[in-house]
Amino acid sequence: MSHHLLEFRDVRFRYPDGTEALKGISFLITHGESVGIVGANGAGKSTLLLHMNGYLLPTSGGVTVGEVPLRKETRPEIRRKVGVVFQNPDDQLFMPTVFDDVAFGPLNLGLPPDRVRERVHEALDRVNALALADKPPHHLSGGQKSAVAIATVIAMEPDILVMDEPAASLDPKSRRAVIGLLNTFAHSKIVASHDLDLILDVCARCLVIRDGRIVADGPAAEILSDSTLLAENNLELPLTLQGRPGQWRSASMGRPRS
Amino acid sequence: MSFEASYSGIGRLDRLSYGDTVVHRLDPRAKVVATLLFVVVVVSFPKYEVLSLLPFFLFPVLVGALGDIPPGFIARKVVAVSPFALFVGIFNPVFDPGTVAISPGVSLSAGWVSFASILVKFALTISAALLLIATTSFPGICRGLRRLGIPALFVSQLLFLYRYLFVLMEEAMRVVRARDMRSFGGRGTGVRVFVRIVGTLFLRTVERAERIYGAMLARGFRGEVPSMRREALRPSDAVFVLATGSFFALCRLVPVPETIGRFVRGLAG
Repeated sequence: MSHHLLEFRDVRFRYPDGTEALKGISFLITHGESVGIVGANGAGKSTLLLHMNGYLLPTSGGVTVGEVPLRKETRPEIRRKVGVVFQNPDDQLFMPTVFDDVAFGPLNLGLPPDRVRERVHEALDRVNALALADKPPHHLSGGQKSAVAIATVIAMEPDILVMDEPAASLDPKSRRAVIGLLNTFAHSKIVASHDLDLILDVCARCLVIRDGRIVADGPAAEILSDSTLLAENNLELPLTLQGRPGQWRSASMGRPRS
Repeated sequence: MSFEASYSGIGRLDRLSYGDTVVHRLDPRAKVVATLLFVVVVVSFPKYEVLSLLPFFLFPVLVGALGDIPPGFIARKVVAVSPFALFVGIFNPVFDPGTVAISPGVSLSAGWVSFASILVKFALTISAALLLIATTSFPGICRGLRRLGIPALFVSQLLFLYRYLFVLMEEAMRVVRARDMRSFGGRGTGVRVFVRIVGTLFLRTVERAERIYGAMLARGFRGEVPSMRREALRPSDAVFVLATGSFFALCRLVPVPETIGRFVRGLAG
């Protein structure tokens, strides 16, 4: 299924103020892959994600989704293939009710009302949010907002799902729910996050970005256990790999025994 | 009123509008039309009319009672905005010293009567508007307006206003709270700081607008916000509009209190 490819070839991007955010990024993501993108604040992760659906166009180099090269006039087609879930659900959910918001994308795709209703139903069902359909977004909790934000994108049935910090500022249970949800998707997935445990749970492959360049690309388990590489990028070992025996012992010894 | 209190007031109004009563279930168009009729009829009364306006209180009282809206809440909101009406009418007693007959045999100072008339009209129209918002979800009102022929662009603007009003107010509340916690003895709460806060909020809003636009483009936005709701008017909606409309017409054309008074006097005599 070669049409689910996502390829960046030597992509460079310079913001109008002169900041060069991407300095030659190349990678190829194939069908069904799940890829984590990590890096320090300001490394260029968000700029990179904004290229994936053509919100930004490269200053030089090329992006190809499936067989379609990203250009100004191919953006609508690219956006149909690549669904992006933005970091802040309040930016993602802009319609007055959950139903209208999830229907927004499918309606813009020109689907007939019956199909739209089906898609909305399926998408909300997948994120366990059917009961929220008639609520306005500002009455939802943070976890509910995140789930609905994901539903708004999967209702468009994209080939590739791109997410920026999907579990930021969620409580542990809601975060766990989002991780479980992501693992049910057979789509190609690209997840940018500082939550390295989440990357470890969801992604098989991991890219490390520093200063607009890719400095590491390989299996997530390998990269996320390389503490030197992580430290160089303002990151640290995922908590599940830290195993802090000393601290656990002192904590349990501090308790009075009865 | 503090910022947080007025914010929770709006939040409460919004929550009430998601209730489920006879009034809530009426089509938004029916309620918008009835409220508009009400406002037009009430405002059309001449300036020395007070008694004939009183039957109109029946409309907000009935809508409020059937819609399960706490009367105290609406009353407090009306009082909160009443200074506008007070200022509009406060000089009437000074500039209009004549007398006017309000019912056979009773005459009062014309200025005071017109002042009272302004206050009554104000209380009627504001409470009707508040009740419309408290019994109809805002998206419902917008859909109603759209179906009544208001241009899509305006309706989209209203929808975005509603969606982000709460986001913006929460953001403002957090900034104000952060300021208050570091302002001691009134220092830091002056106009200069306030101006900067407003500036910051404006910049944040612009940035947010850009992110929202990005999210809209990502989902295929091409200039029009699509909608798929097609509600048909039910008989009950038509009955509601007809009943309220004819009640307003009756109260406008027949001086009801006077008629009742004459009738009672006729019985007694």
